[in-house]
Amino acid sequence: MDPLTIAGKAYRSRLLIGTGKYKDFDETRVAVEASGAEIVTVAIRRTNIGQNAGEPSLLEAVPPSKYTYLPNTAGCYTAEEAIRTLRLARELLDGHNLVKLEVLGDPHTLYPNVMETLKAAEVLVKEGFTVMVYSSDDPIVARQLEEIGCAAIMPLASLIGSGMGILNPWNLQIIVANAKVPVLVDAGVGTASDAAIAMELGCDGILMNTAVAAANNPVLMASAMKKAVEAGREAFLAGRMPKKLYSAIPSSPVGGLIGS
Amino acid sequence: MIQLTVNGVCHAFTRETSLAQLLAHLELSGKRLAVERNGEIVPRSQFGETPLADGDQLEIVVAVGGG
Repeated sequence: MDPLTIAGKAYRSRLLIGTGKYKDFDETRVAVEASGAEIVTVAIRRTNIGQNAGEPSLLEAVPPSKYTYLPNTAGCYTAEEAIRTLRLARELLDGHNLVKLEVLGDPHTLYPNVMETLKAAEVLVKEGFTVMVYSSDDPIVARQLEEIGCAAIMPLASLIGSGMGILNPWNLQIIVANAKVPVLVDAGVGTASDAAIAMELGCDGILMNTAVAAANNPVLMASAMKKAVEAGREAFLAGRMPKKLYSAIPSSPVGGLIGS
Repeated sequence: MIQLTVNGVCHAFTRETSLAQLLAHLELSGKRLAVERNGEIVPRSQFGETPLADGDQLEIVVAVGGG
């Protein structure tokens, strides 16, 4: 057992999965199951008033009794909006403190606003939240978020929803090397090899949504991601062989060739 | 007559009402939701004792799918 430990709590799965963008709640449920994720992100939104009293809800498809909810602040552009949203989330989830903070800076790229993120993190940590924080892949910002007391640092690998993969492995490696809290890639993974690469770099986990939900077959992709995260983790722990341009040492014995 | 703004939409009520009564009226009783009244969270345990006043701004939120 090689658990992912966030704020003292151990999780078997290093894959965290979002519950947005699926065709319907049934697909959400099956994909989340196939991913093996224990932590799922949810958004906090105004309820519909005066309609759809009996409509199906996420709570039935992905019950909070079975999964750890990670309420997010997606769509928030200021520290104040993010803080308000997470206070509501805590009330909604009966005092549950584990949250994902993200404060966006731009509606086109969804790039994080790190100044507002730092401000919000400071308040939320003081209020007793366990903050997993989405950020840019700037190692100094990551360090400051950790100093504030965030429980996990979650740099982007590329832009949210872009599926562009791991664009700056070097920065991720610096963040991983310096952090004493878990580092999870949040955003940018497009396919299984991206997930494996992030884990091979030493990241502690991955949070993804679009890579699964926007695949032609989300359930199969969820299963692929589960394996990729596990494979990448094992490869990291195993320690890869050094890269060499060529090697004079073949894998088969040099002697004993016939006719020699 | 009191006016309440619920999730950005104005609602008129003929008499004083509590938050619990408003939620019942909106068919939201018993749902997993959270309420902010004039920027302050109202704990679920206090829905029954929270009177609503003319001009109150309410936000009623739920958990939905998101990444």
